[in-house]
Amino acid sequence: MPPSHLSHWGLLITGDPLIYGADASIVLATVAIIFVLTKYKKWGWLWREWLTTVDHKKIGIMYLIAAVLMLFRAGVDAELMRTQLALPNLHVLGPEHYDQIFTTHGTIMLLFMAMPFIFALMNIAVPLQIGARDVAFPFLNAISFWVFFFAAMLLNISFVIGGSPDAGWTSYAPLAGAGFDTGPGENFYLLSLQITGIGSLATGINFLATIFKMRAPGMKLMKMPLFTWSIVATSILIIYAFPALTVVLTLLLIDRIAGAHFFTIAAGGNPMMYINMFWIWGHPEVYILILPAFGVFSEIAATFSRKAVFGYKSMVFSLLLISLISYFVWAHHFFTMGAGAGVNSFFAVASMLVGIPTGVKIFNWLFTMFHGRIRIKMPMLWMLAFIPCFTMGGMTGVMLAAAPADYQYHNSYFLIAHFHQVLIGGTLFGMLAAMYYWWPKMFGFMLNEYWGKWAFWLFNIGFYVCFEPQYILGLMGMQRRMYTYPKGMGWTDLNFISTIGAYIMGIGFLVLVWDIVYSIKYGERDLTGDPWDGRTLEWSLPSPAPHYNFAVIPTITHRDHWWELKQTGRQDELKIHEQDIRPIHMPKNSGKPFLIGLSFFVVGWGFVFEWYILAVLGLLAIFVMMFMRSAEQHPDYHIPVEEVVHTETALGRL
Amino acid sequence: MMNFLDDDTKERKFHEENFPWKGIIGYIMSIVLTIFAFWFSLDHVSSLGPTLFVILALAVLQIFVQMFMFMHVTESDKGFPWQTFGLISGLIFVIAIVALSMWIMTFSSMAS
Repeated sequence: MPPSHLSHWGLLITGDPLIYGADASIVLATVAIIFVLTKYKKWGWLWREWLTTVDHKKIGIMYLIAAVLMLFRAGVDAELMRTQLALPNLHVLGPEHYDQIFTTHGTIMLLFMAMPFIFALMNIAVPLQIGARDVAFPFLNAISFWVFFFAAMLLNISFVIGGSPDAGWTSYAPLAGAGFDTGPGENFYLLSLQITGIGSLATGINFLATIFKMRAPGMKLMKMPLFTWSIVATSILIIYAFPALTVVLTLLLIDRIAGAHFFTIAAGGNPMMYINMFWIWGHPEVYILILPAFGVFSEIAATFSRKAVFGYKSMVFSLLLISLISYFVWAHHFFTMGAGAGVNSFFAVASMLVGIPTGVKIFNWLFTMFHGRIRIKMPMLWMLAFIPCFTMGGMTGVMLAAAPADYQYHNSYFLIAHFHQVLIGGTLFGMLAAMYYWWPKMFGFMLNEYWGKWAFWLFNIGFYVCFEPQYILGLMGMQRRMYTYPKGMGWTDLNFISTIGAYIMGIGFLVLVWDIVYSIKYGERDLTGDPWDGRTLEWSLPSPAPHYNFAVIPTITHRDHWWELKQTGRQDELKIHEQDIRPIHMPKNSGKPFLIGLSFFVVGWGFVFEWYILAVLGLLAIFVMMFMRSAEQHPDYHIPVEEVVHTETALGRL
Repeated sequence: MMNFLDDDTKERKFHEENFPWKGIIGYIMSIVLTIFAFWFSLDHVSSLGPTLFVILALAVLQIFVQMFMFMHVTESDKGFPWQTFGLISGLIFVIAIVALSMWIMTFSSMAS
């Protein structure tokens, strides 16, 4: 709906100081980037080294940068909302603007922050952990990144051009249908999710193929590191869940721009079907977000306790069991729709069942630490914060899974507090732990522990101050998505405390960014390639790894192979001998993935504003690019032996 | 592409034709099937029951076109039976999603 207090002058939104501020900062940032690139003559470098790269390590770094930027953007949304709710009857944001902000906050945090953060870790760690030189489909991997990136740009630009979506991150029909929500805002949501969904689906296929087909010789499935196992489970979830989202978004888009009635009761459609299909994807999606964090914590618990992970097989089994059960719980998001006692009981029991394999994992991590020689480094600190936080989030989840009780909690702040506790306490803590853990492997230097601890404590204390009061607010009757509330409800104190917590978290985030900036300048170099005394294969490589990863592919004999070699003093087995080096077969860089992403942006733009000629031109460009790719004769090349020898000698490994 | 980055001493195992006839025929068939289903339901060629039957039959045909023309269902790997595993797990999920959705949505017929 075009916000009533904002007037449209053409496409640009006018009449709001926040949006003028955003306009100014977008222009300034763009000018600054162009200036720096031109002044230091970095355009060629940017194109050759980054925009055209198919190297999984660089793609991982780009995902990471994008994720941190999006964390900032959606974090600002959160701070704005908490400011608006700090006291009763405030008017920091108008009601329409508040709707837009909570919609973009949720959409960006889940689809454009958490997802790319996970893809960053998958790209950075999986090929190195399994002894591969890249992923199965490096070109497709680059396409995945660029369609995600341009989809994120498409959603973000809606803030200043055309208007943001405002029907919530779930975008339920009929509210999100053309009848109630005119203007291009919802189209931005539908198109950007659709485009980034293509990238996510491709990434799931890519990593499943990589893990199943490209492991180093000897690495049986049950010898794989647990992070890699978690990515197997995640990829399976992605492959089977994302098509449901694709279908439901397409149907809603057809409803909106072609006048169909899939979700309109008046013409025989059924809006409940939107909700049903959305959560068929939506629930597996939250497990897509948490399972990689489980994998990360399994690595970190073992490494920093200097013990093999407790119950490896039960860890693998519970990962797979969680991914299976998570397909059969989706209706718990709409118990109150009134599907009847039979349906609600089935989905309530299934939802509670997920707690069992998850509990197995929590106990296994505790037993891994039990009697271990624990070193409290930054990754371990985040791990230790995760366990109580996620357990509390899980317990309130079981409360919500009890269908009759859910009629009380449904869509209240109790729910808000619950899912922030599992998504922040689980996913985000996991991602940050992983960032500290693999940072030296990515960049060759460590993140500073002193500033890291400041960021950690601010963020953690801020988290509890922000979200624990929201459980009580929910029980006191405060509903989600209210843009303000009257005095005298007894909600004021708790809301004010919650806002203070949100500010503390914001400061924590800024300190985290400062930690990164500080460490770029003063960070301790990682000269050994194994700063944490790690267990898995990636720590046997120099930091950062050469672009072909392994000069000679190792043969694996043990789970935690690198640790086993170190324990028995056999590190030399991974030493490279010049006579073993062969020319290395690698994929060539290509500008097409970037251009395909850009074309998808054009297609998205065309559909958002229903400029179909533009959309068709964009689609044509994509087909031309795909055709040219198919006709390419030499998408690959060989790194000559001399170059490998030269690189390895420079790294001191020959 | 699967062996793309494997040890180079190995020959590429997959069979590649000079011209992708299979892909092109599959592409045309999938489009024809879609257009036919679209026309059959939009032009109200038949009443609701037979229409549902026809478009479901076309959907099943479409599955076979996809599997045989694009998804290498006839190719096999000596080790783990990936194709069987993929097909069976896909079937389980699809049946579960369809059946459970129908069960969830029965409330609308009860309510009316």
